[in-house]
Amino acid sequence: MGNVIHALGQRARLLVQLGWTALSNGYVQGFLGGKIWRGDSKSLCVPGLNCYSCPGALGACPLGSLQVALATHSGRAVAYVLGFLILIGAVIGRGVCGWLCPFGLVQDLLHKIPFPKKWRKLPGDRVLKWVKYLLLAGFVVLLPLFAVDAFGQGTTWFCKYVCPSGTLLAGWPLAAVNESLRGALGWLFTWKSAILVVLILLSIPVYRPFCRYLCPLGALYGLFNPVSLVRIRVVEDRCVSCGACQSACGLDVPVWQTPNSPECIRCGACFSACPHGALSLSPRKRVHSEKQKYR
Amino acid sequence: MSKLRRWGPGLVLAAVGLVLLLGGLGAGGASVVYTKAINLCLECVGIG
Repeated sequence: MGNVIHALGQRARLLVQLGWTALSNGYVQGFLGGKIWRGDSKSLCVPGLNCYSCPGALGACPLGSLQVALATHSGRAVAYVLGFLILIGAVIGRGVCGWLCPFGLVQDLLHKIPFPKKWRKLPGDRVLKWVKYLLLAGFVVLLPLFAVDAFGQGTTWFCKYVCPSGTLLAGWPLAAVNESLRGALGWLFTWKSAILVVLILLSIPVYRPFCRYLCPLGALYGLFNPVSLVRIRVVEDRCVSCGACQSACGLDVPVWQTPNSPECIRCGACFSACPHGALSLSPRKRVHSEKQKYR
Repeated sequence: MSKLRRWGPGLVLAAVGLVLLLGGLGAGGASVVYTKAINLCLECVGIG
């Protein structure tokens, strides 16, 4: 499978991203009429950050669904959504981010816009990349679970106060078409729009700033990277530690040292960049005396 | 690295996820998600 990815390259990934986004947000009438899909498929979670109030969305956002399940203290819903997330993570880890997330796609496309000097990372990167774990623990789990109203119900804190995907895919399209909705918008919409605008602008010089620093879903999937069934392997006999993989990596992951870093979105750019074919995806047959390391 | 050590954690986690997923589905967990997903999420669009 690693050879297939190597051969097809990033173009294949873009096609998969576009295809999946179109497939999972195929309710075109929603965009035209300012309404959302209400079919049975809305009970199914999709893997990426895809707001269920997006007019085109045919499935449910797993992060929003998890917050709802915790906020309503529904054990069966928590089991369903958490089971889905664990299953996906255990199989492909953060590969969802690289191949199946619509907001990841948006950032990828924005980064293609020419800019005088692209930045490898933001200042304070080493600290900033922990913010997504804080958002996961605080805004996705603890606050929905414990910050409840008089009726014992919580709210979806991340969706409400942060999520730029919801603003882009749901808030802006619905506000554009639905006049009554426009009249109800206030400071919260302005705040979330500001977050989205900053991320849009940052995505031009910096590769995937939201994924790197803020996405709780990516943080969760990333935890599975070291143990997922699909993993990157470094063939030690071929690796000369030239760092070409790290140079090619938009997220500046030292693939030759930590091939299954929680920061890796499994985009495959490193495979194409390695001049010695030292990277591959498991499973793969062991060849002769080839030493392999997962790290 | 033995195959068990290489694939064990991922397989166990996948199995755990699958059991939780099916258990949650069987208990009607999807209906909670459905109820939320078919109604306009005011929090998501920025109304609160």
